Amino acid sequence: MTESKENAVPAQDARHRAAAYWKANLRLVAGCLAVWFLVSYGFGILLADPLDRFHLGNYPLGFWFATQGSIYVFVVLIFFYAWRMNRLDRRFGVQEDDAPADRA
Amino acid sequence: MELQTLTYLVVGATFALYIGIALWSRASSTGEFYVAGGHVHPVANGMATAADWMSAASFISMAGLIAFLGYDASVYLMGWTGGYVLLALLLAPYLRKFGKFTVPEFIGDRFDSRTARLVAVFCLIVASITYVIGQMKGVGVAFGRFLEVPFEVGVLVGMGIVFIYAVLGGMKGITYTQIAQYCVLIFAYTVPAIFISLNLTGHVLPQVGLGADMADGSGVSLLNRLDQVVTDLGFAAFTAQKSTDLNIFLLTASLMIGTAGLPHVIVRFFTVPKVADARSSAGWALVFIALLYTTAPAVGAMARLNLVETVQPGAVGAVDGNLVYAERPEWFRNWETTGLLGFEDKNGDGRIQYYNDADPGFAEQAQAHGWKGNEMVTVDRDIMVLANPEIAGLPDWVIALVAAGGLAAALSTAAGLLLAISSAVSHDLLKGMIAPNISERQELMASRLAMAGAILVAGYLGMNPPGFAAETVALAFGLAASSLFPALMMGIFSLRVNRAGAIAGMLAGVTVTVTYIVVFKGVFFIPGTELLDNTPDNWLLGISPEAFGAVGAVANFIVAWTVSRMTAPPPEHIRQLVENIRVPGGLPSGR
Repeated sequence: MTESKENAVPAQDARHRAAAYWKANLRLVAGCLAVWFLVSYGFGILLADPLDRFHLGNYPLGFWFATQGSIYVFVVLIFFYAWRMNRLDRRFGVQEDDAPADRA
Repeated sequence: MELQTLTYLVVGATFALYIGIALWSRASSTGEFYVAGGHVHPVANGMATAADWMSAASFISMAGLIAFLGYDASVYLMGWTGGYVLLALLLAPYLRKFGKFTVPEFIGDRFDSRTARLVAVFCLIVASITYVIGQMKGVGVAFGRFLEVPFEVGVLVGMGIVFIYAVLGGMKGITYTQIAQYCVLIFAYTVPAIFISLNLTGHVLPQVGLGADMADGSGVSLLNRLDQVVTDLGFAAFTAQKSTDLNIFLLTASLMIGTAGLPHVIVRFFTVPKVADARSSAGWALVFIALLYTTAPAVGAMARLNLVETVQPGAVGAVDGNLVYAERPEWFRNWETTGLLGFEDKNGDGRIQYYNDADPGFAEQAQAHGWKGNEMVTVDRDIMVLANPEIAGLPDWVIALVAAGGLAAALSTAAGLLLAISSAVSHDLLKGMIAPNISERQELMASRLAMAGAILVAGYLGMNPPGFAAETVALAFGLAASSLFPALMMGIFSLRVNRAGAIAGMLAGVTVTVTYIVVFKGVFFIPGTELLDNTPDNWLLGISPEAFGAVGAVANFIVAWTVSRMTAPPPEHIRQLVENIRVPGGLPSGR
């Protein structure tokens, strides 16, 4: 797969590009994990008591994050990450071919 | 139609469906046997992952835990879903890019070490077997309770069904069966929940109903009502926190890291065609899991409220406030015969008193009422889900459906675990170490034999569960969190962590976690061999053994990093391997 693409790119350039791609990925991962931590460990556990003074419907807010909200945010986070990463792949030209190798 | 007949029909129909799928999706190569050929659509894989992940524990036990632990049970909700974020962001895409068949295989290749692969195989097998015992027990119990066949017969039937589709179809058969099993289990879980939510709050969605007012016109919110009725009886409020912040924090972390490190879940992401699919597939898996996990708090809370208000229909302390035992409802009688509900008339008044007699603050009040101890001597947590349809007065076909759902949950998880075990044996041990020269046909035969062997072992242990079976969940998650997850993550995210570091790290993580579990739960969980009583006073900083996997994971990271720093960096070809898995389409050529 590696041979078929980007043959014209000089070695040095390719390495730099891979490094830049990885750095952008790490930034995105760090951002997503910060949100992941905040909604579960933050809102759901450490800050649950003060948040419980506020309500969402009749849910105390901290209780809601611990039993409902964090899970919804997790779902959104994964799709957000997948969407941004796919965009990143295309920007750096490292997306996979449409016809994947058969492993059967 | 008789409930019994109906249950046989519904369960029989689901089993016929699973076998039909098995015959249609036979595996013809090792690639199909281990990873379904890598052809599974990401949404389909998400659904299969959800069934693979949600076991008898999620389906039957979790709502019961929530019912009695209230807020504190949110560790399971957050822990068992948050792990998928770690999986999607830190492991799944890269392991899919690596493109081989098993988790130990990656660890062996990345750290260029058979020893590392062997440690991974060991952790995988211990974690998976402890887990599968519970599933087999779940199958036996579900059969015994709903179809009234002996426990052993139930386990044997379950083994037979799994045998047919797992041995024939391998991962391919398991995947398509799991998709069917997910549909059965989610339907069986949500239908009763919707009806109960409608009953109590008038809201269709249980997730909304839990945060709404009671439908009885009192204008009181459901959660306030629940807090009120349980505290009136001396129990802790449902929404209140009982354990310490630190313990809840670490338990959540252990469950999250453990979830992301469990091999039978990770390997599901080897089955999708592309790296991008692995990313989105984790999201789909969580969507399907969240359907059940966000419903569970409502099921738990509403079932607890129904239970308490059934036995305490009037004011606490009033003579006629308690239910007359002779007038108990039909479902109460049904579950008494199973031994999961138990009543003992301690003060001989013919009425049921259900309160917290362990609370000294409530003792005086109870005495004033003429109560002589809690008379609901057995309230098994599992009946919160199992008895739900009867409590809500739902038609018989819903009860039959719950039986089929519980079986689907247990069988789908068992199959996934058995596949992880058998591929570790045939691919990592046999092909990888003992006999590298066997042909693909021989390996495929070996993997089928390994699968059959694993089913026999699981069935045997299911029928003769070691006394510690229920305790071992801590071990499964502890091992996955303290050994596999850190090794996998460092293998991807660090170019510097080498063979010596990884092995030392895994051993350190396992040692720390297992030692702590042994101190409080005994050697092999044998009562009497524990060194300290398993009580919060003895725990290090109040950390329970279940929550210690996160500490083991930290130990693993620190030791692996330190040892790697002191030894030579990994060779160039490992460096290239890591750089290659980090980029979906492979590095542009010319290196």
